[in-house]
Parts: sequence; structure tokens; C-alpha cells
Amino acid sequence: MAEPDTPPVPDPLSEAEVEAAVSAALDAIAAAADLDELKRVRLRHTDDRSPLALANRAIGALPGARKAEAGKRVGTARGRLRAALEQRTAVLGAERDERVLREEAVDVTLPARRVERGGRHPLSTLQERICDVFTAMGWDVAEGPEVEAEWFNFDALNFDADHPARQMQDTFFVAGADGREGSGLVLRTHTSPVQARALLDRGVPLYVICPGKVFRTDELDATHTPVFHQVEGIAVDEGLTMAHLKGTLEHLARAMFGPQARIRFRPSYFPFTEPSAEADVWFPAKRGGAGWIEWGGCGMVNPNVLRACGVDPERYSGFAFGMGIERTLMFRNDVTDMRHMVEGDVRFSRAFGVEDLTSGGER
Amino acid sequence: MRVPLPWLAEHVDLVEGHGAEEVAAALVRVGLEEEAVHRSGVSGPVVVGRVLSVEPEPQKNGKTINWCSVDVGGPGPRGIVCGAHNFTVGDSVVVALPGAVLPGPFAIAARKTYGHVSDGMICSAAELGLGEDHAGIIVLGSFLGGAVPAPGADALALLGLDEETVEVNVTPDRGYCFSIRGVAREYAHATGRPVAAALRDPAAVEVRPPAGEGGGPRVRLADATPLRGRPGCDRFVTRIVTGLDPAAPSPAWLRRRLQQAGMRSISLPVDVTNYVMLATGQPLHAYDRAALRGDVVVRRAGAGERLTTLDGVERVLHPEDLLITDEAPDGSSRVLGLAGVMGGADSEVGTGTTDLVLEAAHFDQVSVARTARRHKLPSEAARRFERGVDPALPPAAAELAVRLLVEHGGAVAAPGGVDVDERGAGAVVQLPLDLPSRLVGVDYAEAQVREVLTEIGCTLGAADGGVLQVHPPSWRPDLAQPVDLVEEVARLRGYDAIPSVLPAAPAGRGLTRAQRARRSVARALADAGAVEVLSYPFVAPAVHEAMGLPADDPRRRALRLLNPLSDEQPLMRTSVLDSLVEVLRRNVSRGSRDLVVFEVGSVALPRADRGAAPLPGVGGRPAQEELAALAEAVPAQPRHVAALLAGARRGPGWQPDGWGRTPEPATWADAVELARTAAAAVGVELGVGAADVAPWHPGRCARLATADGVLLGFAGELHPRAVAALELPERTCALELDLDALVAAAAGRVPAPAMSAFPAALQDVSLVVDAAVPAADVEAALRAGGGDLLEDVRLFDVYTGDQVGAGQRSLAFGLRFRAADRTLTAEEAGGAREAAVAEAARRTGAVQRA
Repeated sequence: MAEPDTPPVPDPLSEAEVEAAVSAALDAIAAAADLDELKRVRLRHTDDRSPLALANRAIGALPGARKAEAGKRVGTARGRLRAALEQRTAVLGAERDERVLREEAVDVTLPARRVERGGRHPLSTLQERICDVFTAMGWDVAEGPEVEAEWFNFDALNFDADHPARQMQDTFFVAGADGREGSGLVLRTHTSPVQARALLDRGVPLYVICPGKVFRTDELDATHTPVFHQVEGIAVDEGLTMAHLKGTLEHLARAMFGPQARIRFRPSYFPFTEPSAEADVWFPAKRGGAGWIEWGGCGMVNPNVLRACGVDPERYSGFAFGMGIERTLMFRNDVTDMRHMVEGDVRFSRAFGVEDLTSGGER
Repeated sequence: MRVPLPWLAEHVDLVEGHGAEEVAAALVRVGLEEEAVHRSGVSGPVVVGRVLSVEPEPQKNGKTINWCSVDVGGPGPRGIVCGAHNFTVGDSVVVALPGAVLPGPFAIAARKTYGHVSDGMICSAAELGLGEDHAGIIVLGSFLGGAVPAPGADALALLGLDEETVEVNVTPDRGYCFSIRGVAREYAHATGRPVAAALRDPAAVEVRPPAGEGGGPRVRLADATPLRGRPGCDRFVTRIVTGLDPAAPSPAWLRRRLQQAGMRSISLPVDVTNYVMLATGQPLHAYDRAALRGDVVVRRAGAGERLTTLDGVERVLHPEDLLITDEAPDGSSRVLGLAGVMGGADSEVGTGTTDLVLEAAHFDQVSVARTARRHKLPSEAARRFERGVDPALPPAAAELAVRLLVEHGGAVAAPGGVDVDERGAGAVVQLPLDLPSRLVGVDYAEAQVREVLTEIGCTLGAADGGVLQVHPPSWRPDLAQPVDLVEEVARLRGYDAIPSVLPAAPAGRGLTRAQRARRSVARALADAGAVEVLSYPFVAPAVHEAMGLPADDPRRRALRLLNPLSDEQPLMRTSVLDSLVEVLRRNVSRGSRDLVVFEVGSVALPRADRGAAPLPGVGGRPAQEELAALAEAVPAQPRHVAALLAGARRGPGWQPDGWGRTPEPATWADAVELARTAAAAVGVELGVGAADVAPWHPGRCARLATADGVLLGFAGELHPRAVAALELPERTCALELDLDALVAAAAGRVPAPAMSAFPAALQDVSLVVDAAVPAADVEAALRAGGGDLLEDVRLFDVYTGDQVGAGQRSLAFGLRFRAADRTLTAEEAGGAREAAVAEAARRTGAVQRA
């Protein structure tokens, strides 16, 4: 677009000349096709040497009486130009943005250059969940060694030296430094030695939960694994009863299997508890329909255990329980084969993400 | 324990309508868990048939089949093809008619075979699930040993094939339930009927040993070294029977009972002893009287003594083994058997035995348990003795056996039996009458407590000051403490009566710092794309070889299992990587390629000079030194976290300049970065240095430590030889950190940082150093030299090439300076920069690049 190199400078006292300059500028603004051209138009019509700027400068030389009239006229004119420029800038800017955005469009369904998703093992997160249930009630989380002294694993728990569970078929025995029997060490067969450790270390009253790995000499198959996890709980205080045991397990059951879960006891036998019970849990979301499943063993801490740990059984009573974490996960999340939980196939862990947030009562 | 229902019903009144399922459900309530319900598997029309004619028909295949006409009680005889030959016209047989189902399941139908339509099947014992006898079909006359019903009679009822058997699991405290007697009692309890009315005790027989001298050996109980203060034998009853017909078979009902109970029929004397054991719980042993040379002596084994047991195995005896021996007139002693475990071959009842000495004794639980375990002989007798047998039983059990031998074997009860009874006084348990309520949380009335204890067979003495004197019954050696009686009250009154009450624990501390820190680490690794897995801690010694551990590497000092699941993997891991490699291999074999797996787990690090863990007593809290010795003996088991990276860390995908086609393989740097991520999760900034440690690549191994230099672990690429030996994907990278040490190093209380709002001065510096100088050293020098004004140092370029000369490299760092209280002048920032460079020059020989 060709503009005269030197547009005429309007007389600030002439309404017509000022209006002509404004009109010429407005035409140029309207004609600007893009922001670059508009920038040139802006320079030509608004910079210090533009006609209206020069006209404005000329006002100073006018007689005082006319100054106000001329100033108002030129000021209004320049205001109209500024407004038109602003408006045109916005229009052209929007047009440009739209074009650029259109050009930059991509296929957003393309994958990022991504790192594969990670995940926690559900047996780990389930143990954490159980700990949270108990810490919320004021219990502490205790830990103990997996390679354990026989005394803690058996003797302290009232397992007579001749108890069948001490036989070779259940327990992994650790060789001594000479490679022979008699190290006094085993791989713990249950998390129950933590009962004894907690009693000895912390005394009473005691409310602790201990999740952990345990070992039995079973071959791996769909329902057995030589290495599995239990959560052990023990409470020793004045006045504790089997009713408290049932209440505690029912609370845990509801956290694991949904708010309608219930606990049932069946008489059983464990050397370290008396009376002893098997705890069954009933919940509506069980695979195949609402029903009972065997969940774990429990009972009132045998006075012999309290005595071996220096606690007066005349004054204190307590309860203890041990639940299988694998079993809980199997029933809670419909795991059909023990091997899926122990083989370390990443597809298994990944499916659970970093945490299963459900209450367990869902189907 | 298998409990045939009709047998149970002989000794306790079954509730109307109670079949196997109901009986099992009742027994569960009192603590006898159901294992299984066994049925014959035979159903439908199975009847008595009389063979009317037999026509042998030779076949082309060389066999001869019999085309038989059989009267099965219907309108006319049936034609049946039979391959067996042990029967003849006139014999009564068992016929499965079309519609019957035999175990298998095997459905019987009329079908064409060998040119005939066979309208049913003549059955063998094996086909009916009644034993292993395939030799021929059942000929009822000899099978039943008596009258046979007319053709057409239901053979299911006749042979007990309609009977159900409940199998229950007996817990170690309930030895008496290894008998019909015990289960019947528990069933009465479970169904709430008074034992006095509902129970018919099989052991309640009048014991009538014939008077007179002679016939049997004298018996001496001579345990010179009782185990744990208890004599190995405190009662020994013998009975003599003579004139037994060695050919007399066991009656069909007895064989059936044994078979239903899971035992095989052997011979009348053996079957009778087993039957009485199943009925009463008292194991019996029968000796051939002719094989005994003199007095029977019960004693411990001497050094070097041997015995060939009934199973034909010659065993070297242990001084703790309790033996039944006989003493010849010349004083020489011979071993007859392992007491309560298994008899010897020498005195076994044989096919020609006519005169028997029956033994019914009471052996100590511990003694039998140890011997059975030592010789790996978990016999039926041992199973019962090690759980406790009623010491009052031997006379009655022996009487029952004598009666059966007299009745079915034509034998005569002879004089000469003995009853050596050296039992001590029974235990008395002091039960505070309120203890059941206090422990169970149910308000039991005193009368209820007394009633339960009476029902289970206790004799109640005086109640003094609220404490009841309780004499447990002879069959309940498990009732030794007041709490044992509490369980009896609770279970007989019903565990369902126990309410559900949540106890109020005192306020807790929540998770410990270490527990929270471990969760953070695992979560951070998962968020960074690693997948948590678990592996068994059992490893092969070969893994140490494959990892290339030096001969003296402490990680080779692993705990060894005496009885590993696999002889190839007897060791406990000393690093988590030891077992994690197997998980990586498994995932690769299942088609996963791009993998980051991690495991948080413990390792066992035994000391070289470790001793055995002590076994303190259990009478009270162990002494402080005993506890210290226990702690000392249990090996250190720090938790480690390890990860393996294989394949691509990042796959193809979008990046700032468009589509990135080439996957980015996981490298040593990713391993180090993952370790940093784990450490950062607990607020630890890892110091990284070069290291050369197996199984890592000697030039690509980072030593990871705290700022104070405490070693935490290693990360980097694995040694190519280790990768090959462990059969891992090429260039597999790994890290392993001592998580306990990391958590111990975790940041303490965090003081809020002082954040200056004054502008920063950014200065770049390029330093040329020897290529062997680690970048981390140069950075550390810059930080040290830059002083308080230096806020951050970041390496942004590494250059090697012509412009810096051979063996050199250029490291370009961005330095950010800032003051807390003012805007830095150009001179100040420049001065600090020069100071930083000077320190780098001093420490590392760095030269500023022009």
C-alpha cells in the first residue's frame, strides 16, 4: 500500500483538515492486513512526526484563546486513532493466534516418550493398610528378624521341645558355622516370635501389630508357598477377653472386606494361646457369593508365654492373632493362584498401581 | 481321623436326620475341623444276584469270557458277560444293574460286548471301592462269611456302600479324638446332650482275665533314664490267647470298618488290634507267644543295639529309644520293638501263629514322639501316644481284643496276663471359678462352669475361696492349667456366645520414622516407574560365582539351611540382587523387555565367628545375659532395596522436537538416578563416587554414600561377565542400597531455608580437567570455593575433542550466586566465581577454558 511520503500536516484549527488526517489514518488502520503492516501504519500515523503529532505541536504557537479549542480537537482525533489501533491490533492478534494454533495442532493421542508405569506389590500395600488400621486405634507396629532364634520361635511360645511343629517337615533349620545342626536358629515359621520380643522389649500394657515374612517347608503350588506373609497382633493389658479379640478382628475384617464383614470363632489349638480359635470371616463380596472363609488363628495368650516374657498372668491377660496376608489378598482381590503373588511377574504388581484404595467390600 | 457314621452311631445317639454334613458341622463347633466326607461312590441299583448258568466262550484275543445268566430278583434272569473265573453256578454275586454308578465315576448300562448284550456287571471288590482285590469278583458266601440274602436284595446296604464317613482333623491337644470313643463324646458335647445319656463308651467293658498261673511272660518296667522326668512306660497290660485259627478271616463288617477308617485288612489278629485302637484310641500290639523267650522288659536302648522293624528296615537304636525287650533265661536281652512306635520282625504274628501275647500299654508322649521322629516312623500307634493316650484304657482295650479273637478266631482266653500299673497320681487343676468369665468375656454362672467340667469327665473337688479343685479325666492329659479348663467352658458353651467388643488401646506413637521412611522409598521408586516384586531369599552358591564375588568377599558368608527346599539353593541371600536376578529372568522369559523391578527385603549377614543361639528356660523372663546372648546369636538382617533395569528406560514417543523413534536404553545413569530418587524420598542427598565392586562393571559402578561418607550401596551397569553368567539381558543395570542405613541417615528436623529475594547473578564457567577427574570432585571444589554466596552449581556440558586436547575434557558449569541481604555487584559475583575456580584448580588441576 502506497502512502504519500509526507502527508500534509493538518491545521489544528481546521475541523476539516484534522478530520481528513484522522480519516486517512483510520482507512490505513482498517486496511492493515496483519500485525506487521499495522505496526508500520502505527508508526506513520502516531509517531512524533505523524501529521497529528505535528499538528499537536503546532498548537503551542496558536493564540492562547484558540489553544483550548485546537487542543481538544487534536486530542480527540488522536484518541480515536489509538482506539482504532487497539481494536485492530486485537482483531489481527486473534487472527494470528488462531492461525498459529491451527498450525501447531498435533495428534494428542500419540504417546509421550514415556517411562513405563511402576507399581507396588499388593502384598506390601496390604500390609501397610493393615498397619494403618491398627495405628489408627493406637497400636504400634513392631518388627522382628526373619532368621530367628529357636527360643523365640518355639520355646517362648510354649512350643514344647517335642512339639510336632518343631519337626523337620515344617521348619527351615539353619546350619551352624560348622555346617551342622545346633545353631539354635530357624527361619521363623510365624510372626508370633514378635509377641515374645514385644513383651520382653516393651512390657505391658502392649498393643502391637507385626506384619512380616514367614517360612514353612511347603513346595510352591496354587495354594501353598514356602515364603509367605502374616500379620501378627498381640494385646496384653488388664481385663482383656476373647470378646476384645473378636471385636478387634471384626474391625480388621471390616477394613479388609467391607463394612458388613463378620467374624466367627471355632475352637482350635495353638501352643501359645489358650483358649484358641480359628477365625472365619463372612463377607458379601466373596467370590461365588456371600459366605465364610477361614482367615487365621487366634486366642488368649497362654499364661506360659506371659511367664516366659516376665509378665504376671495373674494380673494381665492378652489376646493374639495371626492372619495370612496372601490369603487375605486372595479373597479380597480374587487372586486365583498363589504363584501369581510370589513369582514377581511385573504384570501382577503393575495392575494394582501404587495402592488399592477400595474398602474390599466392592465387587 | 476317619469316622464311619454307623460306627459312631453305635456309641452315641445321632441327632435325628444327621448325615455326614450335619455331623461334620456339629464337630466343627467343638473344635474338630472337617477334612472331608467320604462316600463309597457307588449308587443306583446294585443287588445280590445268583448265578444260574455260566457258559465259557473263548475269544480270538486268547481270553475266555463267561456268558452268564443271573437271577437278580426280577421277572426273569439277566444275561451278563463276565471276565472273571472265580465263581460257579449257584454262587451269590454282586450285580450292578444298568443305571448304577461305580467309583470313577463309571456308569453301568446295558451294552453290547463279545457278541452279547450284557445287562449289567458282576462286580469285584476293587470295582466297588472295597479294596485292591481285582483278582476276581465278589462271591458273597465267602465274602460275608455267613448267610446271603436272596437275589434282588439291595447290595449297597449289605456291603455298607451306602455308609458315610466323616474325616476330621484332630489338633495336637486332643489325642483322645483319634478314636470313635473320643469323637462320640465330642459329638455328644456338640449336640448338647448329656454324655451320661447319649454316650455308649466302647471301653466300658467288664474286664475278666481268666484266673490262673502261667502262659504269659512276666513284665518289668525298667526305664533307667526317664525323659524330662517322666518314665517312658507307666502301665503295661498283657493278655494271652491260645488256639487261634491262623486261617480264620476277619469278618466282613470288621474289614469294612477298617477300610472306611482308611486302614487295610491284614489278618484277623492285626485287624483286631487295629479295630480296637480305632474304637478306643488304645494302640495294641500282638506278639507270637512262641517267639518270646522270657520276661518282657521295657527299657531304654543300649549303645549299638539294632532292630529290624515290621517294615523290614534295620535300625540303629538311640539311647533315648524306649524298647520292648525280652530276656532269655541266660540273661541275654533281645529287642522286640520300639515301644509305642513299631514292633520288630522277630516276634511278629505270622501266618502260623496260634498263641498270642497282646500288649496294651501306656507310653510317655515325649519318648514316643522323639523315637517316631528319629526313625521317621509316624505310625498310627505313635501318632496316638505322642498326643497322649488314656492310661486307664489298657485293660479294657485288651479285653475287647481278646473277645474279638475268641469270637472270630476260635481262640481261647488264657490265664497269664499281667497289669503292671505304676501310674502316678493324676493332676489337680486349681480353677478360679470366675476365670472363664474373666478371660472369655461371657458371664458364665458357676453352675454352668461346673456342668461343663463334669460333662467333659472332670471330677470336681472342693471349692475353696472361689477356687475349684478339678481332677481332669484320664483321657485329657492336655488339661493341665486353669486356662485349659477355660477353653472347655468356652467351647462347650459355644464360641458364638462371645460378644464383639473393641478394646481401647492407650494412645500410640503411630508409625515410626523408619517405617514411614521405608514406605516413602518404595512409593518413590514405584512413582519413578519401578515395579515392586518379591523373591524367595533362597539362593545357590553359584550365584556368588556368577556375580564374580572375590573369594574373600564377605557376601559369600551366607547362612546355610539344613533342609532347603532345593538342594541347589541352600543359602540365604546376602544381597537382594542375589534373588532378584531370577525375577528379572522370569519376566524376560515371559516376554517383558523393558523392565525396572525392585524389591525391599532383608538379607542375612552372619558373623564369621558366630556361635549357637542359646535356649533359655521358659519358667520366667530370661536373664539379661541370656537375652543378650540370644540377640548376639541372631545374625544381622538389614533391609536392603535393590533394583534391576533392563531394556529401554524410555520407549519411542513424542519429544520436544517431534517423534522420537529410538528407544532410550536404561543405563548406569538411570540406575544411579533411581538410587538418588530413593534417597531423596527420605531427604538424603547421595554422594556419588567411582567404585569397582562386583557384580558391577568396573568402569560403570557408582559408590553411593551419605554426605558424611557413610556407604549406602552401589549402582551402575552390571559387569558383562556377570550379565552373561546370570543370563540377564545385555547391559542390565542394577542398584542396591542398605535401606536401614539410608533411613538412619534420613534428614532430621528441617530448618526452613533462608530465601533471599535479591536478584541472582548467573555465571558460567568452563573448566578443562584430566579426563580421569570425576565431575563430582570438580563440582565439590567449586562449591567449596564459591563460599556462602554460591547458591547452586549445575553441570550443563561435557566436551571432549580437539579443542581441549587428548586425555582432557571440558566441564561447563552454571553457577548461581546470591546474597541474603543485598544485590550482588558484578565485582562481588566475579570475585566469588574466581574463588570457586581457584579451588577447583587447586583440588583437581582444572584450567579455565579461554
